[in-house]
Amino acid sequence: MLALATDVPWWQRIVDFSSYGELLPLVRNSLIAGVLLALVGGLVGVFVMQRDLAFAVHGVSELSFAGASAALLLSIDVTLGAIIGSLVAAMAIGFLGSRARDRNSIIGVLMPFGLGLGVLALALYPGRAANKFGLLTGQIVAVDDARVGAMAAITVVVVGGLLFVWRPLTFASVDPEVAAARGVPTRALSFAFMLLLGLAVAMAVQVVGALLVLSLLITPAAAATRISASPVWVPVLAVIFAEVSAIGGILLALGASVPISPYITTISFVIYLVCRWLGRRRRQHGWVRRPSAVAGAVVG
Amino acid sequence: MSPVLELAGASLAFGERVVWSGVDLAVQAGEFVTVLGPNGSGKTSLLRAVLGQLHLTSGRIAVMGRPPHRGSRSVGYVPQQRIVDPATPVRARDIVRLGVDGDRWGPGHHDRRARVDELLAAVGATEYADVPVGMLSGGEQQRVRIAQALASDPAVLLCDEPLLSLDIRRQQEVTALIDTTRHATGTAVLFVTHEVNPVLPYTDCVLYLGPAGHAVGAPDVVLTSERLSKLYGTAVEVVRTQGRLLIVGDDGHVHHVEEEDE
Ligand SMILES: Nc1ncnc2c1ncn2[C@@H]1O[C@H](COP(=O)(O)OP(=O)(O)O)[C@@H](O)[C@H]1O
Ligand SMILES: [Mg+2]
Repeated sequence: MLALATDVPWWQRIVDFSSYGELLPLVRNSLIAGVLLALVGGLVGVFVMQRDLAFAVHGVSELSFAGASAALLLSIDVTLGAIIGSLVAAMAIGFLGSRARDRNSIIGVLMPFGLGLGVLALALYPGRAANKFGLLTGQIVAVDDARVGAMAAITVVVVGGLLFVWRPLTFASVDPEVAAARGVPTRALSFAFMLLLGLAVAMAVQVVGALLVLSLLITPAAAATRISASPVWVPVLAVIFAEVSAIGGILLALGASVPISPYITTISFVIYLVCRWLGRRRRQHGWVRRPSAVAGAVVG
Repeated sequence: MSPVLELAGASLAFGERVVWSGVDLAVQAGEFVTVLGPNGSGKTSLLRAVLGQLHLTSGRIAVMGRPPHRGSRSVGYVPQQRIVDPATPVRARDIVRLGVDGDRWGPGHHDRRARVDELLAAVGATEYADVPVGMLSGGEQQRVRIAQALASDPAVLLCDEPLLSLDIRRQQEVTALIDTTRHATGTAVLFVTHEVNPVLPYTDCVLYLGPAGHAVGAPDVVLTSERLSKLYGTAVEVVRTQGRLLIVGDDGHVHHVEEEDE
């Protein structure tokens, strides 16, 4: 970022640790934002996987982008704009799309609309181009104290909310009929989760950009479910993977002159590949040791 | 002893369409009631009425002497089988655990492991407790679902087509398991099925929902050519051959061996 792009070979623009010491304090806020976002992304991702909502995440993030761009244009708080955009999308999807097929078509309709609105707002915005594209592809130094404060508040709401609904939400996600029979309010929970998801997306858009939100809201949890099915280890691993991707990405991007998101997405993708490979081995060797086929036949 | 489940003059209709009407049924603790009938005769709807998810159009229904309500721990439910994606990151033990406390809010700090292990052992699912449910066979998944339904110590266990897509041996194993369970726990069973033969040895009472009425009674009384012809409003023959019972319609169609295509 600080080096002049034209003077240095391209590899140095990707990895350059020469001025690390001076740069680290500058990204303190980004690091805090990354830690918070990874925590939220890892946990939310577990339910995004369970409820098969990957496409919804993408749809919500485009509207969040539209909200943030409009906020930029109107010079109101970008975080607020991102949250409003997210929540509007999350509520629309939650209200209109209780069935998977309805949901996907609604998202498919909302997504280009949101992206179009965002592009319009950015085209009209007179400020610097770097700021503009940050919302799509991520930015590193634009996290000020106020924004970190807002992110911390969102983190408290999302993590607290998830902890409160954790078991009924899991029940409703993996076994909706029995959950409903046992009195779990499956529809209300589905809506509540969309709102928490909207908040998480609004947070992520500001760090990794609208196009790359999935790298922190899905990839870590998808990687975790490849190697574990434990209700404790899946969220723990998802958070660890998200933290490694986010913090690793921010630190690597520090000395370089390209945005933060390629680092985050690459690390999280590599983690996913490794987990897929480990999971395949595990699947081939069986999940648990079972007694011999003869003994199994008696009970099984 | 007062019945654990009672229907009196119970009727259910969706708009104009009357699904069943005037059903009288009293189920005692530990009783095995088999619910038979063609597709669309309202078997699943009956279970949903017992769960408190559907309201009767008229008549009365009571579980343990009280109107049914959602979330009742007195009713255990094994829903019609769903295909579970093998990649679903949920183990057999987690499914059972959800039956124990999946309806509780807030972070949990109780250790339910002993209870979950006990439930898994009761259905013979201990050895695959840690395998993701999607990777289990149909019969194994069914055992896990039964363990889950038993988690709240229900007075009535509702099973919706639990034999669907199982081979004959697994069908016999699952019905035998449910029979053992009702003797061990005293839970009454409402067993919805297309396959009459696997459940016949255990059935105390049959509720047959037909297109032209219903019948309640002992298997030998209800499953006769005469009674079923009335329920179908057309000639139906009940054939007993080699210890098996076949129900044959006048169009030559054999009921109870067809696959449900919902
Ligand atoms: N919520 C509903 N609204 C309208 N009709 C319904 C509803 N649920 C079930 N039905 C109708 O009631 C009848 C009985 O359905 P169901 O109980 O599922 O039958 P079964 O389980 O015996 O195959 C069917 O004709 C079905 O279309
Ligand atoms: Mg049915």
